[in-house]
Amino acid sequence: MIPVPGSVHAMNELSASSRITYRAVRVRPGVARRIRGLSDKTLAWLFITPTIVLLLAINIFPLLWTIYLSFTNYRANRANVPTIWLGADWYQSILTDPDIWAAMQVTAHFVIWTVVIETVLGFGLAYLIDKKFRGHGLWTTIILLPMMLSPAVVGNFWTFLYQPQIGLFNYVVAFFTGRAASSFQMLGDVTLSPWAIVIVDAWMWTPYVMLICLAGLRSIPDYIYEAAEVDRASKWRQFWSITLPMALPFIMLAVLFRAIENFKMFDMVNLLTGGGPGSTTEVASITLKRAAFESWRTGYSSAFAIILFVTVFGLANIYVKALNKVKSR
Amino acid sequence: MTSATAAHSVVEPTATTRRFAGSLVVLYALITMIPLAWIVLTAFKSPDDAISYPPKVMFKPSLEGFCNLFTTRSRQTPEFIRSLGPPQGLCDSIARDRNMVVAGPSNYVPRFINSLIIAFGSTVLAVALGTLSAYGFSRFRVPLKDDLLFFILSTRMMPPIAVAIPIYLMYRTIGLSDTRLGMILLYTSVNVSLAVWLLKGFIDEIPREYEEAAMIDGYTRFQAFVKVVLPQATTGIAATAIFCLIFAWNEYAFAVLLTSGNAQTAPPFIPIIIGEGGQDWPAVAAGTTLFLVPIVVFTVLLRKHLLRGITFGAVRK
Repeated sequence: MIPVPGSVHAMNELSASSRITYRAVRVRPGVARRIRGLSDKTLAWLFITPTIVLLLAINIFPLLWTIYLSFTNYRANRANVPTIWLGADWYQSILTDPDIWAAMQVTAHFVIWTVVIETVLGFGLAYLIDKKFRGHGLWTTIILLPMMLSPAVVGNFWTFLYQPQIGLFNYVVAFFTGRAASSFQMLGDVTLSPWAIVIVDAWMWTPYVMLICLAGLRSIPDYIYEAAEVDRASKWRQFWSITLPMALPFIMLAVLFRAIENFKMFDMVNLLTGGGPGSTTEVASITLKRAAFESWRTGYSSAFAIILFVTVFGLANIYVKALNKVKSR
Repeated sequence: MTSATAAHSVVEPTATTRRFAGSLVVLYALITMIPLAWIVLTAFKSPDDAISYPPKVMFKPSLEGFCNLFTTRSRQTPEFIRSLGPPQGLCDSIARDRNMVVAGPSNYVPRFINSLIIAFGSTVLAVALGTLSAYGFSRFRVPLKDDLLFFILSTRMMPPIAVAIPIYLMYRTIGLSDTRLGMILLYTSVNVSLAVWLLKGFIDEIPREYEEAAMIDGYTRFQAFVKVVLPQATTGIAATAIFCLIFAWNEYAFAVLLTSGNAQTAPPFIPIIIGEGGQDWPAVAAGTTLFLVPIVVFTVLLRKHLLRGITFGAVRK
């Protein structure tokens, strides 16, 4: 519609293209005059408001609604029953409910082990990749693949790998340990199933930690190591006094993000075990889904949702502080 | 970052170190590729090969998984099948070998199309809103800027199930349940936070002098934004769009809770592909393979920007 001669990237062509544009814009004087007359302040609000409105409509309004529901006996499957104000009853019953605390323990087990494994493996991999062997770019991209894929769709396929009679995972374990492949069930056993979900999560998300750690390692300037060499510091000493402390903000960032994401983990666990057997892998989100969409205890589950949200909000606060710290590097 | 030209400095790893590091990394990469390779292999196995023990690496390739993915079949008596004419195409002849006839198309294609429409629709919206907001936050003095930015980011951190409860009620009231529009709006709201943060990083990197020069030449601020900033931000916008696409493409929690038919996307559908007597693994694997291919392509395209994308634009290389 508007002819632009050459590229606007080149600064010296700007004046030429501006003349053309000026003429072209005059064709639609209404819009042009209105936008032209805008001050920076108006423009700023014009640009930002749509996003804020969308978030208010789809995030904040529902959130306020949830807060309201969490104080009532509302049930989504019995909308005609009169709603009664219950005060903080649900909060009290949730915080004293042993089942909720069991779910929190399952979540904690999942979060802690996945974060520990992913951090150790991820940092180790980043350290090795930082040695810049031949083809490290290609292999890095290959390693990154699992984290880009749908946790639900891939998690679902892992149930096939974990089949005790026919699954590849059981076959490989049987091959290396000499046990019979059908002698253990990763998804059906109360002691093994919490580890089954940890393995899949570590498989998917170790690359994430690796990528951030790699950025941390690459942000360390060479001259620091050169100075350390001059001072005859051992490699071991260099690792503990330079590499690790300087990469630490990046490691923290990865740890925090993984902790937040796994605290609210739903899709992969829902497909792998659905919280079972019994409730051995029932992480908080699964408990919430069962209460909200299976027993339809909407008020109760709203209260639980708010409790989870406050926890995540706190973690997110720390995360943003860490982000800013890394950013200032 | 060290470049190749800075070789032979004291801190460069020795050839042995490199080879050792390289072989460990390659070993890890090969091990983590096994599940993905297994998905692709299973997609081309016959149902019998897929569930044989020990697992088969060598097998006769079969398209039965793909046929079962795209069709529904009904079991018939051999007499009935013999009374029919010649098989209609490859899938029909595979089905007839198992005493079945193709009854019609499956729901995979409609679900896949839903995924495409919802992913692209929400991406376009999120990137458009995100670009405007990111420019606003990058260039103007906005009161409570940091608080607004934190608010925007925190909406992405909400547990999806916690958000789904009121959204479910809200959509039920206003008639958006199980509609593509409802899912597009929902995914836009989740993605717009990522878009704002990522694009703010990209726009921050474009020198303000460019716009200022353009404005001295007679551009208005808005024209400078359209004619100078947008072309400069193309790479950033493209990278952001791909990240939004991947999120919307992969999303499962909202999809499984809020859609059941009309607007159901592929992720909640693939796990419930069942054949006679349990899950039809070759069909599931075939559906999974087709679903994952676009993401693999995008990952390769995005590899330079992955780091920014996963850290909300904070960490750049």
